[in-house]
Amino acid sequence: MHIIEKLLRERILVLDGAMGTMLQQYQFTEEDFRGERFKDFHKSLKGNNDLLSLTQPEAIAEVHRKYFDAGADIVETNTFSGTTIAMADYELEEFVYELNYESARIAKEVAQEFTLKEPNKPRFVAGAMGPTNKTASLSPDVNNPGFRAISFDQLRIAYKQQAEALIDGGVDFLLVETIFDTLNAKAALFAIEEVKEERNSAIPVMVSGTITDASGRTLSGQTAEAFLISIAHIPLLSVGFNCALGAKQLAPHLEVIAHRTELAVSAYPNAGLPNAFGAYDESPSQMAEQIEEYLDKGLINIIGGCCGTTPDHIRAIAQLVTNYKPRKLIQNTTVI
Amino acid sequence: MDTAKRYLKLSGLEPLVVTPESNFINIGERTNVAGSRRFLRMIKEGNYEEALSIARHQVEGGAQIIDINMDDGLIDGKDAMVKFLNLVVAEPDISRVPIMIDSSKWEIIEAGLQVVQGKCVVNSISLKEGEATFLQQAKLIKRYGAAVIVMAFDEVGQADNLDRRIEIAKRSYDLLVNEIHFPPEDIIFDLNIFPVATGMDEHRRNAIDFIEGTRWVRANLPYCSVSGGVSNVSFSFRGNDVVREAMHSVFLYHAIQAGMNMGIVNPAMLEVYDDIPKDLLEHVEDVMLDRREDATERLLELAETVKGTKEEKKADLSWRNEPLQDRITRSLVKGIDAFIETDIEEARQSVVKPIEVIEGHLMQGMNVVGDLFGSGKMFLPQVVKSARVMKKAVAYLLPYIEAEKGHVASYNGKILMATVKGDVHDIGKNIVSVVLACNNYEIIDLGVMVPPEKIIRVAKEENVDIIGLSGLITPSLDEMVFLAKEMQRQDFKVPLLIGGATTSKAHTAVKIDPQYEQTVVHVNDASRAVTVVGDLLQKEKKEAYRTQLKADYKLFREGFLKRQKVKEYLTLEEARSNKLALDWNSNEILTPNRLGIQVIDELDLHLLKDYIDWTPFFRSWDLHGAYPEILADSLVGPQATDLFKDANIMLEELITEKKLKAKAVFGLFKANQVNDDDIEVLHNGEQTYFRTLRQQSKKAEGRPNLALADFIAPKTTGLQDFIGCFCVSTGFGTETLAKQYERDHDDYSSIMVKALSDRLAEAFAEYLHERVRKVDWGYAKEESLTNPELIKEQYKGIRPAPGYPACPDHLEKIAIWNLLKVEETIGVSLTESLAMWPAASVSGYYFGNPQARYFGLGKITEDQVKDFAERKNISITEAQKWLQPNIIE
Repeated sequence: MHIIEKLLRERILVLDGAMGTMLQQYQFTEEDFRGERFKDFHKSLKGNNDLLSLTQPEAIAEVHRKYFDAGADIVETNTFSGTTIAMADYELEEFVYELNYESARIAKEVAQEFTLKEPNKPRFVAGAMGPTNKTASLSPDVNNPGFRAISFDQLRIAYKQQAEALIDGGVDFLLVETIFDTLNAKAALFAIEEVKEERNSAIPVMVSGTITDASGRTLSGQTAEAFLISIAHIPLLSVGFNCALGAKQLAPHLEVIAHRTELAVSAYPNAGLPNAFGAYDESPSQMAEQIEEYLDKGLINIIGGCCGTTPDHIRAIAQLVTNYKPRKLIQNTTVI
Repeated sequence: MDTAKRYLKLSGLEPLVVTPESNFINIGERTNVAGSRRFLRMIKEGNYEEALSIARHQVEGGAQIIDINMDDGLIDGKDAMVKFLNLVVAEPDISRVPIMIDSSKWEIIEAGLQVVQGKCVVNSISLKEGEATFLQQAKLIKRYGAAVIVMAFDEVGQADNLDRRIEIAKRSYDLLVNEIHFPPEDIIFDLNIFPVATGMDEHRRNAIDFIEGTRWVRANLPYCSVSGGVSNVSFSFRGNDVVREAMHSVFLYHAIQAGMNMGIVNPAMLEVYDDIPKDLLEHVEDVMLDRREDATERLLELAETVKGTKEEKKADLSWRNEPLQDRITRSLVKGIDAFIETDIEEARQSVVKPIEVIEGHLMQGMNVVGDLFGSGKMFLPQVVKSARVMKKAVAYLLPYIEAEKGHVASYNGKILMATVKGDVHDIGKNIVSVVLACNNYEIIDLGVMVPPEKIIRVAKEENVDIIGLSGLITPSLDEMVFLAKEMQRQDFKVPLLIGGATTSKAHTAVKIDPQYEQTVVHVNDASRAVTVVGDLLQKEKKEAYRTQLKADYKLFREGFLKRQKVKEYLTLEEARSNKLALDWNSNEILTPNRLGIQVIDELDLHLLKDYIDWTPFFRSWDLHGAYPEILADSLVGPQATDLFKDANIMLEELITEKKLKAKAVFGLFKANQVNDDDIEVLHNGEQTYFRTLRQQSKKAEGRPNLALADFIAPKTTGLQDFIGCFCVSTGFGTETLAKQYERDHDDYSSIMVKALSDRLAEAFAEYLHERVRKVDWGYAKEESLTNPELIKEQYKGIRPAPGYPACPDHLEKIAIWNLLKVEETIGVSLTESLAMWPAASVSGYYFGNPQARYFGLGKITEDQVKDFAERKNISITEAQKWLQPNIIE
């Protein structure tokens, strides 16, 4: 059994909070994003947070450090958009491997630093694989509902490269996350299975979907349970939801899956719903209070934060979960 | 948790979990080119739209999985599969069920698996080409996340007896489960249903062997399912539907008992087992279960006598045979008005007093609508359509009710609705009224521009339970405050509802709520209005609700006022010294090609169609999301699409039949900035002044405190700059049309025509601005922007409108009206609150400077109010009144 499976039976594990929210505080300029290396690049690079792993690696390491310091067991690599598909907008496709590799390496280095300091609380790195900016089962053109901007194979190839680079860089697990369109996730899972088979690797895989609004469905229209069924065909470490909703709004959907799966259940909600100015303003204590409801109901094995959450949120959550037992897992977690 | 058990779990947009308790799973098969000649023809002709309707029909008819097959020599199967599946996936009412990808060609199956997000079923694989291929395909199917149908077929051939069925099923199962760890619950066996009663002895056991094979498989191969295509069994009785239907139900009756848990069955070709005539049943069972040597002959003989031609059932109108209440409810829920009068007449004859139809049949139906809307299963446009049917029904009953004088309908409550004095916008108010009316509230709608005295008077006369006020422009906020004060003074006891685009919880809590001791509540969407009104009027709840609201608003108010004080403000003088300093020397100012005023008497509406920004249109119907994505939205997409279709039909009619008139007046003038914040405009040798307001909140280092005047060259530079202003309207005719629709009890169309007029006015403003940039002013001759780019304001220069964030002062409209002679030339007038009439009008300024941008004024302090009053030559009180929403507390 992988050590993480053992830990998941013992306690609730804490995932980190938002990377983007933290990076905003640095107020990086176009020049900062470019760094020395991309100084003469022909396109604007401002806003490409993933690139900061190459141009401002210290900042990335610092954010990871802050989250570990706040009590996170797992941090996510800074690779939300680390695919050739998502990087095409910046014309940075050729750097995708390096970007993922370096992001993984930076996070792993910080994790090891903490594990060394505190061996009884080992720290992990999850290789984040985001949804890309294209959807495989939705048409971007209303007048042509049969049109698709991206194919399964294009996604599979892009995700495969990302998974390989993340594993090469040293991540402990892969995390397919913020899934708007289940078909994209299925392409990622297909690619991961290929990599695992080719490398004879058993790297654990986490899956996290996104319920986009109060209708309780993903962007591609699936209910929480339909989503769960659609991704349960490969061995997974955990399944859950993140983003779009605050902890409060996410509760009913977590309940749906918690009662229908033998996998570990994860959640990393936003800091509430965006306010009138598009900012997230749920405070650490408010968010922790909402999350306490999950814990009371025994719904959760892994918990963290998404948009708008900060080390303070994670600290509040980490403190809270020490008082609670994780959701019960049946012995044989990985279903063949 | 019952997850420990292994059930076949499939998914479309919704889950399908097959448990031992599940009923037989019905697989739709009409979307199969091999099974449906009609479907084949549509695919061949490329008529995918209609092919989709077959799929929809299947799902509506109860199919829990739809089988899709494109195996035909004359079509490109892979291409057709992908194309059709992509379209199916875009239709939530079809793709809610799982899909069965059916082909004998692996490449078609794989292409299908790559385009469906849910967990599908592959139909099918088998050992026909040996173990290697079988396992390789199964492994990929697992990786794609699908279940699989395994045919009882191997290297030798198809299983045609009991032993062979068992042999192949067991071998397949063991290979899948042991070799590649295929989940056994994802295996479905098709044990071959072959025809019986063919006259050949070797076919006599075809049915019974399938049934017994099924029993063995379910008992010995854990977790798997058994399926099959049922119609095959009756193949030899083609042409005799009575016998075939009996055969199907007899076969299913026994196969299901043996463990067959899913299959392809045409529901229209199925008799109810218990309804099969006794002799026919006996003869059919003899054949199915191979109970007699001469079973086939006997059935053939009997078949001759029962040959009947059953009329084909028309599925879409079958609901007309349902009980009366169901029909009425369905008409209301679906918004169908074709049969409502017939049904209401039937209902009327069934009751003693006609009013009972409203209180009984119609209210029962509207309750269903209310529940569906409340739980998010219906959307606003649908509810408004329901209301239309309801109104037609009531109108039909009215003469009968009146004939029985003295009877009063009982409502849940009486609500007065009004758009306040000086304001002309009523789309939101009308929608809320319709929705409340649907929920059995009596609505007294006083319309637009209602003076406070009238609201007060009618509220008293009619003894209303709630007063609802609506407004779109900022001066309406003050009207509402005034009304609240007045209601307090006259000791009103009824709750006050506040709504409309310009209203907010903040304004309601801070300004209105303190004025009135009774409940004040801000409601900005129609769906919430129903709940709020319900809570306000429910006897047991209302006191608690009021206390809670009052406390909530108090808390909100205190928090709001506390936050307010945090911001720092500059004095007007300081703000002016931090004004935007453009480099006028390097700034090239282009002289307009045509100075002076121009009038457009009637613009061809066709020109405006492409300039429409649809997103706000959907918002006005409570459908939230950006156009065009909203049309494909998983939640509101279908309703948005329907609404969009209706809108376009009406738009076409408005345009081609010229039912609305589009007029405009605009002008370009010499202008210069004077005294920091004023713009001096020169026309026909006379000077006019536009007074602009300057931001006063403390800015970050290097950020200016903006006023619109900053975008015009100061007179001191010696440079000649220019400014424009305009007014467009497409509202000439709207009111007449809306009234006509209302007379026909068609609120849906009435709201629609207003919403469309508003969109056209905005489109006209966009169109005219483009023309001015390219032609009349001509500083952007080369511009070529698409409509989405225009909507995103990617053009050079701006057209801010008085009353909006950059220049919230409505008084400036008077300056524009005087300069352009707006009322005299095109007939758009200003109300006492300075709203434009007709409502579908837009006015504003044109600034051409490339540095000009939209901004928000924010709060200003008393010194600017005083200065502004002096510049405008009005009293400070007057200035305070108009600038109220922007003055710091």
